[in-house]
Formats: sequence, structure tokens, C-alpha cells
Amino acid sequence: MTSLIMIIVTTALVNNVVLSQFLGICSFLGVSRQMKASASLGGAVIFVITIASAVASLLYDFVLVPLDLTYLKTIVFILVIAALVQMVEMFLKKNSPAIYKALGIYLPLITTNCAVLGVALTNVQDGYNLVECVFSGFGTAVGYTVAIVLLAGIRGRIDEDAVPAPFRGAPIVLLCATLMAIAFMGFSGLS
Amino acid sequence: MKNPYLERIYNGIVKENPALVLMLGMCPTLAVTTSAMNGLGMGVSTMAVLILSNLIISALRKAIPGEVRLPAYIVIVASLVTVVELLMEAYLPALYSALGIYIPLIVVNCIILGRAEAYASKNTPILSAFDGIGMGIGFTLALTVAGILREFLGAGSFFGMQVLPDSIKPIGMFITPPGAFLVLAIVVAVMNGASIATRANEMVKGCDGCCATCSKTCKSDGADASGKEGGKEGQK
Repeated sequence: MTSLIMIIVTTALVNNVVLSQFLGICSFLGVSRQMKASASLGGAVIFVITIASAVASLLYDFVLVPLDLTYLKTIVFILVIAALVQMVEMFLKKNSPAIYKALGIYLPLITTNCAVLGVALTNVQDGYNLVECVFSGFGTAVGYTVAIVLLAGIRGRIDEDAVPAPFRGAPIVLLCATLMAIAFMGFSGLS
Repeated sequence: MKNPYLERIYNGIVKENPALVLMLGMCPTLAVTTSAMNGLGMGVSTMAVLILSNLIISALRKAIPGEVRLPAYIVIVASLVTVVELLMEAYLPALYSALGIYIPLIVVNCIILGRAEAYASKNTPILSAFDGIGMGIGFTLALTVAGILREFLGAGSFFGMQVLPDSIKPIGMFITPPGAFLVLAIVVAVMNGASIATRANEMVKGCDGCCATCSKTCKSDGADASGKEGGKEGQK
């Protein structure tokens, strides 16, 4: 149990997926413009990464390893993730329109989010079992959500500020990310 | 610039430099530029995949049906990345372990799918290969220069050789993750100051399409976003 909690703390805070591993930067910079969209995307990412980690782990342990095809993991994972996102989208659309309405438009975006593939590959590299994979996927996605929601909050405030002309737009957002990354480096004492 | 092949290379290095102007492939740009060697290695591997994927996708452009083109492109790119990964593991094990997870992640690098969708799917194989060469050199140059800068400031060395005397302490922060964000922020600010248009500013305004698939799915979301932000952009 302690090791599972440790996995969540490590993936969510110490090795934060955006701020220390730079995965999912596109959506981190793009969607953080609005708080509500950031929270919804965060929810969708938690949902998809947790399921994708479990499916990738099962496939790797029960199909790729027995058949000695582990070198195909990149191709298999990316296709499985794309198909999985499609299926989740169709399932939600039919069975829970409320969740679909909240997360729907973000689901296709997640297919190309490198964080999903990144987590699946890291799990395999670290030799995690199914339960550990689910926890590590969940922790990573929570870390992503925390980072994007915090950045959205900061951006809501700097929108009104007088920023020097060359720093308007992307540079000031990147500077916010710099300061957040410095703050998150403080968590490395936890591991 | 009459020669269309040379024009492609010029376009990739200067006019549409993928890392600096188009702001594609941010993950590797930020993550692996902790040293000049890593930046160069990542750039060259991406370039190899890009040239071959452009060539193959362009050659198959009439055979791949429009509806399933993205999955087809992804399979081609993923196969090429696996080849590069296995070759690197066999012949350059040190670089392989330094780049780690970022090698398989070349698959989701927006530059590759972006060029496949924007260029290779519409042009002849040889021109597409030259487009890949140009874009690849542009990306490699940007990554190597960023790596040289960060390595010099953060570790006081140049391609692993110590150049700063021991009495000058390097600024270690530049080779940590925050340093990557800081360097990029400064680069974009300098380009803004010199009025060189980069896509970075559109990017932070909403998903402007980090890549082919992404921009397609973001159209519905981005349409109202650009409307709302239109006023702000006007003053620039």
C-alpha cells in the first residue's frame, strides 16, 4: 500500500508530467487560457490515462511478452490508445450524455497528447504490474490536472496586468511555467 | 530561389523553422536540450524519421484512402521510429539511455504528422523528401543551439568538454526543467521584440493546432475562442 501511495506522490508531484517531463505541453499552454476548459480537460485526461495505462499494461503482459513482440510496443500502444479514445467517446455519448457533454470535445485531443503514450511506455520501462500501472497512470494525470488548473488560475490574473510588450502572449505564460516548475522542484525532497 | 529543392531546404531552416517559428515538437525541444550532444542526437533521429516518413507517405499518397489517412500515417511513422530506436540501442547505447522515453515519443512529435498532412500528402516524393531534409536540419539546428546554450550556462561545458574555469560557477538551473521554460520564454520574447512572427502567441490563445490531428479536432472549439480573442490580437 505504501508503495502505491509513493507511486502516486512521485508521478503527480515529484516527476510532474508537464513541469518536469514536458509531456503534453501543447494542451498545457493552449487550453490553460480558460479555467473551466482546463478543469474539464484535466478530468478527461485522468479518465483516459487511467484506462489507457490499464489496457496497455494488460496487452504488454499477456500479448506482447508471451509472443516475444515487445519491440512492437510503440506501434501497438499508439494504435490502442487512439482506438480506446474513440471507444470511450462512443460509450460516453450513448450511456452518459452528461459526462460526454463536459468532456466530449477534449477526448479526441487526448489521442495526440504525448502524455498518454509517455505514461504507457514509462510503466513498461519501470516493470510495473497492472495495479501499479493504474496508480501511476492516475497519479500522472492528477499531476497534469493540478499543473494546468494552477496555470489557468495564474493566467486569469496576469491577463489584466501591464506586461512588457515583447513578453505579451507566449513568453509571459512560459515564465509562469518556469516559476511553477521551480516550485514543483521543491517536491523532489519527498521521494 | 528558383530551384524548388533548395527552396524547400531554405524554407525548413529559416522561413518555417519547425522549432522556432512553427513551435512544433515542444516536448523534445524542452526536454532533451540539457546538453548539446542530446539536442544533436534527438535532432538527427527526428530528421531521419521525418525524411523517410515524408518520402513513404508521399509515395503512398494516392493509395491511402482519405478517411483512414491519419491511422495509416501513424503506423508508418511508428514503424520508422521503432527502426531508429532499435538501431540507436545497438550502435549508440549511451545516447539511447540519455534520450530514453523521448525516442519512442518521436511518434507523437507534431512535426512529423504535421508535415505528412500539410506537405507530403500533396506533393511528389522527391520534393517531400527535401521538405523533410529542410525541416529536419532546421529542427536539428534549433535543438543543438539550445543544447549548446543550456549546457554552457548550466554546466560550463561544450559538447561535454569543460570550457569554463573552475573559479566560475555555472548557473545550474539552466539544465533543470525550469531552465528549459526560461530559455524558451526568452527566445520567444526576443523574437517578439524583433517582430519575427512565431506561432507561439497563437498557441497560448487556445489550441491553435499543435499538429494535424489536433487542429482538426480543435476547429469547433477554436472558432469561438478566436472570435473572443480577436480584439486583443488586434492591438499587437
